[in-house]
Amino acid sequence: MRLAGLSAAIQGVLAAIVVLAFAGVAAAEPSYPALTGRIVDNANLISAEARGRIEQKIAAHEAKTSDQVVVATLPSLQGVTIEEFANGLFRHWQLGAKSKNNGVLLLVAPNERKVRIEVGYGLEGALTDALSKVIITTAVAPKFKNGDFAGGIEGGVDAILSILAGDAEEWQRKAEIRDDESSFSENLAVIMVMIFIVILIVSILRGLKQGGGGSRMHRTRDGRWIALPTGSSWSTGSGSGWSGGGSWSSGGSSGGFSGGGGSSGGGGASGDW
Amino acid sequence: MSFALSTPLRRGLVLAVLAVFGLALAGCGVNNVPTLEEKAKAAWSEVQNQYQRRADLIPNLVETVKGYATQEREVLTQVIEARAKATQVKVDASTITDPAKFKEYQDAQNQLTGALGRLLVTVERYPELKSNQNFLALQSQLEGTENRVAVSRRDYIQAVQAFNTEIRTFPGVIWARLFWGAKPMETFTATAGAEKPPEVKF
Repeated sequence: MRLAGLSAAIQGVLAAIVVLAFAGVAAAEPSYPALTGRIVDNANLISAEARGRIEQKIAAHEAKTSDQVVVATLPSLQGVTIEEFANGLFRHWQLGAKSKNNGVLLLVAPNERKVRIEVGYGLEGALTDALSKVIITTAVAPKFKNGDFAGGIEGGVDAILSILAGDAEEWQRKAEIRDDESSFSENLAVIMVMIFIVILIVSILRGLKQGGGGSRMHRTRDGRWIALPTGSSWSTGSGSGWSGGGSWSSGGSSGGFSGGGGSSGGGGASGDW
Repeated sequence: MSFALSTPLRRGLVLAVLAVFGLALAGCGVNNVPTLEEKAKAAWSEVQNQYQRRADLIPNLVETVKGYATQEREVLTQVIEARAKATQVKVDASTITDPAKFKEYQDAQNQLTGALGRLLVTVERYPELKSNQNFLALQSQLEGTENRVAVSRRDYIQAVQAFNTEIRTFPGVIWARLFWGAKPMETFTATAGAEKPPEVKF
């Protein structure tokens, strides 16, 4: 009996290992390039001069609105659709701030002749699927058709930025108001919790003094025994769960270039030429 | 009683014991089950959200196509019927744990996907319609929505995978049985050729 149970357990463990190994294989994603700057030109489509010009425009827009626009060109889509690749890359790079999801990715795959604008959750209202499609069909694809990749990318970036700037001011104002409210209420909540903890500790300490402490086992009224920790372990017990709420992530604009934790749910449009 | 303790102390002790107990349990991953469950549920509502968005786009699309492609009544009727069927499927909290209900939902949505695909292929024969601005906007919205559906389905599948793995492996299986009574969730199965719109022979 026991042996049978044991061997069944071992079989279960082995099966789990096999399943995990296969899961690892199945979940293999395409290998994503590193986010080295606002333009990741791995397919070498953009001249240094055009690159500087486009980067400057994007940076100026980001300074005003904090929207994070990134251009990527790829030598290969590694066998997946451009939609899947763009969404995976967007999430891998975490474009846009975490709280606003205000990232945009312009992805160009010249060998597959595919282009996509992938829009973060927060900008879907401004840069809609229909507008993204219009940008691709009017500003990007015609130039790509003539082999002018830098021109098409610049045209696409210009169009994206002008649409984002359209209601950016109003949007930013709204976002600021919301930020203020939330940070105030969050601070209030943290302060109240801290006051509560202090009161708790003080009452416990006072109770310890009055009661003399010292006892390890205590019998409750209905006769059950409960184990009592010694006096010194209280404060560590109740205090260890609290760290200073330090999960504020910055937008990632200072220092090296990186994503801010934003995500996308597949908004935007694709096209070919 | 020689061990008499004052009321505040006793209360404090109980609280502390509970806190320690809670922390110890949390360390064992007892919270993983409900956390993953909530994640999967959120992913599920996103799937529904995107399918709903698609259903909302269809009346407009049908109206626009009607004006140009009057002789395509059959395809248009199929789309309208498939949409009606898809929106009639009742969805509640038990849908994601009930294989039959889940299959019903998935089948209805897949049928609508197929009908829409056929409609968009048919439309290729009408150059005037294809250059209509309203239609182009609707088409790009529909494409965008189909892509969002694909993304949300992928997210849901991943969330369910994490949840189902948690409640079937150690130590999650203990908590799932003891505390939560968690049932495994259903997930989407890829239908053959679902990635591509169906081909239509003329």
